[in-house]
Amino acid sequence: MRIGIDVGSTTIKCVVLDENNQIIHNSYERHFAMITEKTREVMEGLIEKFDIQEPVYLSISGSAGMGLAQNAGIPFIQEVYATKVAVANRLPETDCVIELGGEDAKILFLKGNLEVRMNGTCAGGTGAFADQMASLMNITGDDMNDLAEKSDKIYSIASRCGVFAKTDIQPLLNQGARKEDISASIFKAIVNQTITGLAQGHPIEGNIVYLGGPLTFMSYLRKSFDEALHLKGTLPQDSLLFVALGAAYYATEPVDLKEAVKVIGQKKEFSAESALDPLFKDKAEYDAFLERHSKATVVKREDFNPESGEEVFLGIDSGSTTLKLVLIDREGRICYSRYTSNGGRPIDVVVELLKEMYEKYPSLKVTRAAVTGYGEEMMKSALGIDLGIVETVAHFTAAKFFLPDVEFIIDIGGQDMKCFKIRNGAIDNIFLNEACSSGCGSFLQTFAQSLGYPIDEFAKIGLFGKSPVDLGSRCTVFMNSSVKQAQKEGVSVEDISAGLSYSVVKNALYKVIRVHTAKELGERIVVQGGTFLNDAVLRAFEKELGVNVIRPDIAGMMGAYGAALYAKDSKVSAEESASLITKEELDAFTYETKSINCNGCNNHCNLTVNTFPGGRKFIGGNKCEKPVTKKSADNSLNLYEYKIQYFKDLLGNAANKADVQSTCSSSKKTVGLPLALNMYEMFPFWHALFTNLGYEVKISGFSNRAMYIKGQGTIPSDTVCFPAKMVHGHIMQLIEEEVDYIFFPCLTFNFNEKRGENHYNCAVIAGYPEVIKVNIRDFGKSKYVCEYLGPHNPAHFEKCMYDLINKEFEPASRKEVSKAVEAAYVAYDKYMKAVANKADEIIESAREQGKKIVCLAGRPYHTDPEINHGIHKLVAELGFAVVSEDSISLKMKNLKLNLRNQWTYHARLFSAAGYITTQPDMYLVHLVSFGCGLDAITTDEVRSILESEGHLYTQIKIDEVTNLGAVKIRLRSLLAAIKQAEDAKNNQ
Amino acid sequence: MESVTLKQYKKRVEYSLKMKREKYTILIPEMAPLHFRLIKPILARDGYNTALMGDEGPEVLKKGLQYVHNDICYPCLLITGQMLTAMESGKYDPNKVAMMITQSGGGCRDSNYINLMRKAFEKAGYPNVPFISANTWFMEYNSGVLMRFSTLFMAVAGMVYGDFLMILGNQVRPYENHKGDTDALIDSWINKLIDQFEHGRGYTRKAMRKNLHAMGEDFTKIEKTLTPKVKVAIVGELFLKYSIPGNNHLEEFLVSQDCEYYMPSMLGFGVYKTNGALEELKKFGGKPLKHLTMEIAMKWYFGIEDLLISAIEEFPEFTAPERVRDLMKRSEGILDIANSMGEGWYVAAEILEFAEHGYENIVCVQPFGCLPCHVAVKGVLNKVRQINPKVNAVDIEYDPGATKVNQENRIKLMLAVAKENLENENR
Repeated sequence: MRIGIDVGSTTIKCVVLDENNQIIHNSYERHFAMITEKTREVMEGLIEKFDIQEPVYLSISGSAGMGLAQNAGIPFIQEVYATKVAVANRLPETDCVIELGGEDAKILFLKGNLEVRMNGTCAGGTGAFADQMASLMNITGDDMNDLAEKSDKIYSIASRCGVFAKTDIQPLLNQGARKEDISASIFKAIVNQTITGLAQGHPIEGNIVYLGGPLTFMSYLRKSFDEALHLKGTLPQDSLLFVALGAAYYATEPVDLKEAVKVIGQKKEFSAESALDPLFKDKAEYDAFLERHSKATVVKREDFNPESGEEVFLGIDSGSTTLKLVLIDREGRICYSRYTSNGGRPIDVVVELLKEMYEKYPSLKVTRAAVTGYGEEMMKSALGIDLGIVETVAHFTAAKFFLPDVEFIIDIGGQDMKCFKIRNGAIDNIFLNEACSSGCGSFLQTFAQSLGYPIDEFAKIGLFGKSPVDLGSRCTVFMNSSVKQAQKEGVSVEDISAGLSYSVVKNALYKVIRVHTAKELGERIVVQGGTFLNDAVLRAFEKELGVNVIRPDIAGMMGAYGAALYAKDSKVSAEESASLITKEELDAFTYETKSINCNGCNNHCNLTVNTFPGGRKFIGGNKCEKPVTKKSADNSLNLYEYKIQYFKDLLGNAANKADVQSTCSSSKKTVGLPLALNMYEMFPFWHALFTNLGYEVKISGFSNRAMYIKGQGTIPSDTVCFPAKMVHGHIMQLIEEEVDYIFFPCLTFNFNEKRGENHYNCAVIAGYPEVIKVNIRDFGKSKYVCEYLGPHNPAHFEKCMYDLINKEFEPASRKEVSKAVEAAYVAYDKYMKAVANKADEIIESAREQGKKIVCLAGRPYHTDPEINHGIHKLVAELGFAVVSEDSISLKMKNLKLNLRNQWTYHARLFSAAGYITTQPDMYLVHLVSFGCGLDAITTDEVRSILESEGHLYTQIKIDEVTNLGAVKIRLRSLLAAIKQAEDAKNNQ
Repeated sequence: MESVTLKQYKKRVEYSLKMKREKYTILIPEMAPLHFRLIKPILARDGYNTALMGDEGPEVLKKGLQYVHNDICYPCLLITGQMLTAMESGKYDPNKVAMMITQSGGGCRDSNYINLMRKAFEKAGYPNVPFISANTWFMEYNSGVLMRFSTLFMAVAGMVYGDFLMILGNQVRPYENHKGDTDALIDSWINKLIDQFEHGRGYTRKAMRKNLHAMGEDFTKIEKTLTPKVKVAIVGELFLKYSIPGNNHLEEFLVSQDCEYYMPSMLGFGVYKTNGALEELKKFGGKPLKHLTMEIAMKWYFGIEDLLISAIEEFPEFTAPERVRDLMKRSEGILDIANSMGEGWYVAAEILEFAEHGYENIVCVQPFGCLPCHVAVKGVLNKVRQINPKVNAVDIEYDPGATKVNQENRIKLMLAVAKENLENENR
């Protein structure tokens, strides 16, 4: 008899084999983090069932089993290796195993030499992720699978990490997308994550075996893998038990089971080296804390009677996971309020809430109403609400009510975190969480659930944890594994709960706001948002900062309260007034949701069209106003559009014009250029060069989602920036077009624009063509050329180019190459000048029209609509003229920096920021690609350049998928801040 | 052209001659402990009072996270944390310390570590602490940095000795019959060398050859039993390879798993890196004088490299590292030797080198989100495995949120495969 036990992150599995390797017993159950107890139970069960007296062959495996096995002196087998052992014994024909577990994802390549991939430090597409997504939609995992089977369309959801995906799914839910489609999209996201994140360029082919919980229970997930891999994988019998099975096969040492049970049973005192301060020393301290916070209250009227005919104002906050509704009177006293989860169906829930309100006060007449939050626009059209207000302003309005001279406001909600600094009575600086550190409040909740506690109770038990465990301050996926480790070390739930509260706070302080000392926030701080209703989080915040803060008793409803105050103080003209939906209308309220594909441009957004009573429509999911206004956007003051058009024209002209006569033997051969990374700026250069040598130049075109999917199987690093990942799709596109040559040179150096100490490209740009060379295994009919070249040094470059052409391309004379090179420089200069001139033109016309100007500053490749997600259009729609960093950087040179200024693209950024400090009507919005290491350096410097001169700094992080809702909030807040600053100036 | 003087600009604090005279303590982040034991007394010859920062405790990462951008590379975050923790440790007079850190000047982010650290110190309330950039390109002049040529050569000799002791020691220690013999030998040699340096000896080529030979002889004399062990090579990002807090005590862990491990030579990396600048000149063009100077410098550098490697090759029972010129050939078909940003072509070539010398089990360490590593490590691993299918590599990412358990679990997987291969070989 041989026994294998697999202690995984969420479940514990056990297999017993007889002499013929037949399974004579197995078990599978969740352990709810009570690892030692459950393991002991399993062992005791075995002793009883098989009447074990003598030592037996036993080994333990699993991510949570290592410490346990060590303590009890039981042989341990690494879990992936266990899978390998089991597969080798049971399914020797297997080429590749895909195994998804609770929190792990693995691929084993068994063909030839064993190669194993496990999810790294940043990965989410696992069982826990699927569970989390299901609970977000208020359904079970099984439901999700059933729903997915009925889907008819797929949305793109970020596949890198659970937190990202969540921010994509939430707006979809809020826009009313069908759960069937979302469910299917989630499974597709997991598949994409596995393919890019794990396979990392290794082809998945041959006999595929699926293992682990999610793949066993979710048929649609298997189907999605089959579809993506173009093959049919098999789900073997006992697919849940393979790790335990491998452990059983591996068990060759006898273990005294009874003794082991005894050792495991001994509870060890955990002595945490890295323990944090307890939240409260004792009950007395806690009581004093409660007493202090009970002072920040707003009056709630019990005697409210609408018959009196007094004016009342309604504020609604349609957040990402919750709905809040507040009704106030002239004095700001609360007459009625509700706070509830939006259940993923915000419209249905808000209709319910309003009905309830009218039920309580049948004669209620709301004077004015305002709505804020993610669902603002939809609510406005659905319910006939007069005013919409950006969240940041709503929260500020509410905070002022409690503390008129508030200096700093921090709001942690379920999904988002908003912090703003107030200077001179206006919002001066806004910090929104980037997709990576979000999910704070709901993370606590999910974690409480996974440990089997309701959130309230979970927070309470943390209050008196004696030595809270230090779990770090990174994104939730990282925290997950820290918690796992703490559990393994036997840390009590009390200390984990308290530790998590500290983590949420640290995330906010050090990741989002990036404070260095408490002093930076000032002394008058208002905290709000549902997460702060949790006393443990509030206390952790105060302890971490060393400052007592104000938490209003309505901390969870500040958005709605602010909206109500805003409604109260706003004047609405008769024609603007929309008049809130009445009781009768509510009873008859129905709406329809349809999802369609917009064909207005090559973004092909998935639109969700909600049709409300009276034919009012709300369209969600759009990246521009075209489907709403039925008009193309006005691009005349948008430099990004100008650049796109420039490239299109360049190609069009080349195709139409036959004026480039060449005598070279190369005529009719095609050279393909991938329009990615630095090619975005170098395209005119290489285009001219090859055109003049007589080649037909083809371009891969602007990026799109389908192109990305084509290349994703060859991406070796899942944490590289999205613009780099996108390269793979461009190359695949060119291979498909069967161009004769694909040319993608390595440029270690960029042009020397004489701004700083050096003129490098970033390491990714410099080396990526070689990454392509070694990771794409088949270039089809194309020849791939990726030589290191230095156009920054024209004389040397010409010589190298001559050598290269004659080595890799069709022979050409020195003179021909020389002419082509010269033309290349001319074309590049022409392009750069055209961009700079256009910028001047735009700035001039903007000033004539009284428009403000935004410098959307990033890199040349941020022009790509798939990479910038149409943000440049969004900025334009908000009424700004748009220019780019390269176009205005020429106006400012020789900036003294606190950095070594050695990257050409980044030097432009600094110059642009410097220039903007001299222009009162220009604002900088910094586009940062997620994972861009260099921007970890530039952001702080750009911010410091701008802020030291009293200018606003706005940063937008973009990735594979970006939640435009959050981007909009940021831009609208910028707009509000500009307006407030102007008003303040005018009032002086 | 408009030009604006910005308020945010701060002039850097120079490490002055006066500070040197006042015996400021120069704090250096520790990389390879063994090498630095030799470097410290060498620098003391010219009046520099140095101290090393090692594992400074649990506050380090917290301080790092607090004062530098959280998306910066792990080494920068860690070192800044070390520095700030040292400032507050009470061990040094905060008004009489200077920091020293290397600056490559290449296209990697590390060229700016020093500036980010200055910013962190400014914010932490130490705006007057001078930072010394250790580099070979004459970046950032400091009047207090003045060394005799003999001291410079001694520092180079220290590197050579350090590499020799490290490479041979690692190959003997796992097999020694009497636990502690190897380390005792290393200690006695370090004392001998320090003594020689103090008397102004031991750094000429002749002296080095003599010393190295004697060292080698001593190592062969240690009694050992060559039981088959899993042989692992550590490659990857420079700082993480050598720094104990950097790689979460990786060497200790490998010892606990009963492995022999190969730590690549530091000199080799220096040769690779400096030669990279020459390759860039060849590829992209540059001033002829610079070209010539670099050619001469490399000739000298290759000579030193040869001295070290030849000394090891005298003892065939030890595996000597390959010369950078030979490594270049290994990179053919993978990365061009013009790619020397960060670890550049070097990692792939090293993996192939070690695999061929019996160290086919590879731990590849890299900071999470390291830019050159996207190319130099993750970008090439598939290809490397194609070229030599025996390679059993695991790449481990380090960052403040990564847990030791997770990292060790992944290494254990690699070791499980290694053990299976070892058993098959011995069957």
